[in-house]
Amino acid sequence: MSFKKVTTGNHAVSYAVWSSRVQIISAYPITPQTQIVELLSEIVAEGKLQAKFITVESEHSAMAACIGASATGARAFTATSAQGLALMHEMLHWAAGARLPIVMANVNRAMAPPWSVWTDQNDSLSQLTTGWMQIYNESNQEVYDSVIIGYKVAEQVHLPLMTVLDAFILSHTSEPVEIHTQEEVDEYLPPYDPGEYYTIKTEDPRGYGLLTMPSDYYEFRYKVQRAHERAIEVFKKEFKNFEEVFGRKHWFFEEFMMDDADYVIVTSGSLSSDVKYAVAKLRKEKGLKVGVLKMRVVRPYPFEEVRKVLGDRKKIAVIDRNIGFGYHGVFYEELKSALYPLEKRPPVFGYIIGIGGRDVTPADIEDIIDDMLKRDEMTEIIWKGVRL
Amino acid sequence: MSEKKTRRIWDVPDDENFYYGHTACQGCGGALAMRLALKALGTDVAVTIPACCWTIIAGGFPGHALKVPVFHTAFETAAIVAAGIKGGLEVTGRKSTISLAWAGDGGTFDIGLQALSGAAERGEDIIYAVYDNEAYMNTGIQRSSATPPGAWTTTTPAKRPNPRPKKNLMEIMAAHKVPYAATATPAYPEDLIRKFRKAKEMAGQGLRFIHILAPCPPGWKMASDYSVHSARLAVESRVFPLYEIEDGGRKYTINYWPKGIPIEEYLKIQGRFRHLFKPGGEKWLEAFKEFVEENWNQLVEKHKLTHGTTDNIPRGYYK
Repeated sequence: MSFKKVTTGNHAVSYAVWSSRVQIISAYPITPQTQIVELLSEIVAEGKLQAKFITVESEHSAMAACIGASATGARAFTATSAQGLALMHEMLHWAAGARLPIVMANVNRAMAPPWSVWTDQNDSLSQLTTGWMQIYNESNQEVYDSVIIGYKVAEQVHLPLMTVLDAFILSHTSEPVEIHTQEEVDEYLPPYDPGEYYTIKTEDPRGYGLLTMPSDYYEFRYKVQRAHERAIEVFKKEFKNFEEVFGRKHWFFEEFMMDDADYVIVTSGSLSSDVKYAVAKLRKEKGLKVGVLKMRVVRPYPFEEVRKVLGDRKKIAVIDRNIGFGYHGVFYEELKSALYPLEKRPPVFGYIIGIGGRDVTPADIEDIIDDMLKRDEMTEIIWKGVRL
Repeated sequence: MSEKKTRRIWDVPDDENFYYGHTACQGCGGALAMRLALKALGTDVAVTIPACCWTIIAGGFPGHALKVPVFHTAFETAAIVAAGIKGGLEVTGRKSTISLAWAGDGGTFDIGLQALSGAAERGEDIIYAVYDNEAYMNTGIQRSSATPPGAWTTTTPAKRPNPRPKKNLMEIMAAHKVPYAATATPAYPEDLIRKFRKAKEMAGQGLRFIHILAPCPPGWKMASDYSVHSARLAVESRVFPLYEIEDGGRKYTINYWPKGIPIEEYLKIQGRFRHLFKPGGEKWLEAFKEFVEENWNQLVEKHKLTHGTTDNIPRGYYK
């Protein structure tokens, strides 16, 4: 039987990794991720999880260790944040290019300088083109579930997956999380079987990742992209399977009060809760037909699904807790791009808020909705709450 | 005579785990070293190769010239990927397989030193071999911290040759208290094979490190048939002594007492040292000799500290 446990986002990750029967864990400490691997090292030391824990000397090596282990057919996990993720960058490409289904938790933390340990999404969004799948989470329950779904999907499409949780707001905040028994998780997530994919075997000696001429390299890249496209279908199947086993619904995004919404706020991560609160309030107080679309899976990008739910709305506001310097907020820019093929598409407004962990309140969201209602012409990004 | 010949055949296995179809340059010391290393280790070996000449030598897609699996990885990750592979093999029930990291001097002395240090200090159960050709040869002969003093490279031209002594990586490994560190060259195949066998037998004890001097005819600017000859001269002139450090950096053993031939014999066959013998080159020649002298004297002292004497060092054994 599953049970409810009041736990932090970080420990929700650790419990999910434990239940996923991960075989290799390699990590390097960084605030605010550290608790994930602290708890895991205890779980491994107590023999509750049959895994090898490699305490490396850098995040670059943490990812490299996972790559080596995964290449032999072992299930591997690491966790990091901000600077650590940036240091891993080279190996993120390697993991995806080598088609290794590693799952990693990244705790969203602002990049330095100046130093910050608080949340924003620039670290993980800087890695969108590495070939990793990415899931964003609003609650600790979503965090827990995303690890288990993550392995299930990653191992079918042979791509690595990053699950993303906000620094402190999720990582260090306790919420009730439904934790499942090993039997339940085993029912959903079988041991890793590389299937037709080659893994390191001395009885079948092959070269992995060797020098490839322009005559062949192109197709390797094509296949990574095809795997992402296939992952859309695999996600759909696995969301359904997950619901059957665990009774909780997941999708590429969550729709909140969307049925008759003329106006939609597109959001992600923990600030979605503030957005939902503000939207519910405005509906109740002013009868405003506004809804929320909370993005969860952003790689692969669910183009069709997003177009279907957003195409015929009146206006859309995208809230970005990140900034793609010299351009727009990343979610804003991607959404506009996704809607572009539609013949008739709503105007989309991009708001930047909460960077570096600046508090976001429901009142801020109400301001944004007000601002959106006043605008007709699309514009470049709008900064919310800058103090100069 | 016949006795020696018999021993030589007996010590070097006939097995070839390195096939034709590789793309090494003629006379490549790194290729010779791999051939010998795999004779010693057999085929239950998973090899990790970072960016280095061997990225090319093993063969381009879809070719693969080794009878063992090779995982190619990023420049600075040989030691840790090998450790990850070892961990993966362990947890998937293949404990006997040897994990071998095989890297050049750039990937070991320079960019890969952090991962190597971490793996050595943690006692990762791998063999780490560096085939040291004393510069970044794959990118076209640029200086590394393994480049000897006075040497020409494309980034240390003859007018301003490499100003610093070669980094003493064996001492760095000894300071990590690795169970085994040894030097070897393909010019002494039995010695090299013995050392890899020893490293294999020490499985489970931590990181075993083997430093191989791998002559590079294009990079050292010499004829390709000088490869083995130059490595032999490096040993005989004490430029590259053959020795082992065991017991967590406590026990030093010189494996062979060099004849002590003039260092010039080693330097003169290589174009990269040509300027040492031209006007103005004397100070570089001196610097090189001083570097060799100092290393050798320290090594002899350490051997004495371990063994109390130098009389036990074989002389002429390998002739």
